Amino acid sequence: MTATTTARVAAVQPRTARPPSRLRAWATRAPLLPALIFMIAVTQLPFVATLVISFLDWNALYPKERHFTGFGNYSQVLSTPELRKSVWTTILLTVTVVLVSLLLGLLLALLLDRRFRGRAAVRTMLIAPFLLVPVASALLWKHVLFNPEYGLFNGVLHWIGGDGAPQPDWISQMPLAAVEASLVWQWTPFMMLILLAGLQSRDPQLIEAARMDGAGDWQVFVHITLPHLRRYLELGVLLGSIYIVQNFDAVFTITSGGLGTANLPYTVYQTFYQAHENGLASAAGVLVVIGSIVIATFALRVVSSLFREEVSGA
Amino acid sequence: MSGIATAAGGPRRPGWKGTGLGLVAWLAGIVFVLPIAWMALTSFHSEADAATNPPSLTASLTFASYREFFGLDGGASPWPALINSTTASVASTVLTLLLALPAAYALSVRPVKKWTDVLFFFLSTKMLPAVAGLLPIYLFAKNAGLLDNIWALVVLYTAMNLPIAVWMMQSFLSEVPVAIIEAAQIDGARLPTVLGRVVAPIALPGIAATALICFIFSWNELLFARVLTGVVAETAPVFLTGFITSQGLFLAKVCAASLVISLPVLAAGFAAQDKLVQGLSLGAVK
Repeated sequence: MTATTTARVAAVQPRTARPPSRLRAWATRAPLLPALIFMIAVTQLPFVATLVISFLDWNALYPKERHFTGFGNYSQVLSTPELRKSVWTTILLTVTVVLVSLLLGLLLALLLDRRFRGRAAVRTMLIAPFLLVPVASALLWKHVLFNPEYGLFNGVLHWIGGDGAPQPDWISQMPLAAVEASLVWQWTPFMMLILLAGLQSRDPQLIEAARMDGAGDWQVFVHITLPHLRRYLELGVLLGSIYIVQNFDAVFTITSGGLGTANLPYTVYQTFYQAHENGLASAAGVLVVIGSIVIATFALRVVSSLFREEVSGA
Repeated sequence: MSGIATAAGGPRRPGWKGTGLGLVAWLAGIVFVLPIAWMALTSFHSEADAATNPPSLTASLTFASYREFFGLDGGASPWPALINSTTASVASTVLTLLLALPAAYALSVRPVKKWTDVLFFFLSTKMLPAVAGLLPIYLFAKNAGLLDNIWALVVLYTAMNLPIAVWMMQSFLSEVPVAIIEAAQIDGARLPTVLGRVVAPIALPGIAATALICFIFSWNELLFARVLTGVVAETAPVFLTGFITSQGLFLAKVCAASLVISLPVLAAGFAAQDKLVQGLSLGAVK
């Protein structure tokens, strides 16, 4: 999207404008319609249905007792200790994973931004965790790394510490941290890729000039790199939050929602799939959506500022 | 990320510090890839060697767990699940591209009015969590007799990937010179011909990257597959959930299964490496 777009619009506009018929306007719109209609049908309509069901007291096992209950489900979600806890777990899980992987991603991006022997190989190695099927990666952490008897972590502790080494049962002693560790490992490469793209879009001349004026590494980082990276950091936080708020695979695989790790998506799944409480599950689903809308509003703003800059500038 | 040669990392300053930081980067890379390397090694060990503590690095190698995973020694075969996943991923990717290509054309080459608003509508649907529609979709599939039917997943995965595809393709198509398209239209070519014969070949690398990213997301998906499929339409990630509860000595088999099922994603991911960020950030970062 460069200046050619504006030139293109200018070149195309008079031609399309000449016969100002409605037919012509629809011909322009036609290629868009299949995708648009498909999206509305498959994503928006079900959500409207969720909204409606969230106001019903509806257990699938007792379909005849279905009735309107107003905000009953919402007050139940917010007053049942387990459900309320899952709201808190979702927040804790998302914030921890996003911040830790952002920080690690930043460090790795800074390391990879330098030239050194085998940089491409290191980059490939760092991306690999992101390219495992999420269930496979969760299984890897659960069985291969965390297993108290023959997992790699305790194996290494045994190696280092000999027979007296501590052999913790990682998942039962720190269930949420265990889930978080596996997600951090998976999402750090994502943050690194975004931040590395940000680092490489810095203006080399600006840095050169700063160095000429005697700025050291730290000063260049604080006064040039960080301000430039700000929007990339925001983008990483927001996209990471959107993906991790929705996480189901890791919680389902590593702890099956047990030991206080059930987040909202897992709770929604369990409430309707196992407890058959359709109304309650829908209310919890709507709460996830409200949380996502808050994040998404900021995310859309960041994406649109990057986008507009690209459309107008470059 | 074509800018490796022109990276803005400042001039190269060799010396101890540079070498040291290079070593730190190598160390970080090794730490991150180690669990996967260990998983690969374990998958070639016998179950007895896989379950030792401390771990046995130099145990003899065997294909036993791969034989067992593929059901050669009896037991459940993973092939139906792998075939289902391939069907769902490939079919939804094709459908996504068929819907996204014309849409991207209407948003870049010959933009409709308020095209940025439309583009952001697509993006906003991606931010609606999957659980938001899970229950109605389940109820609909149940009443329509589409439970345990792989085509239900094809439709859902298409919706899941369409926003990403539209955003990526929009940015790729805007790089196609408009003069070529106009020349084809003057020659009397209709839209499908223009898209198929003129636009697609030029934007091919971008379309390929988009396809690979859609494929990865479809292949990975668990929540909908878990809720909507059963015995017949089970996908590979659902097959993997069979390994969640421990079953005695089964570590080598878990590793083999996880690796084999991740292999298509690893391949697609490394093939699309340069466009990965662009896809994941919905086109916001190039």
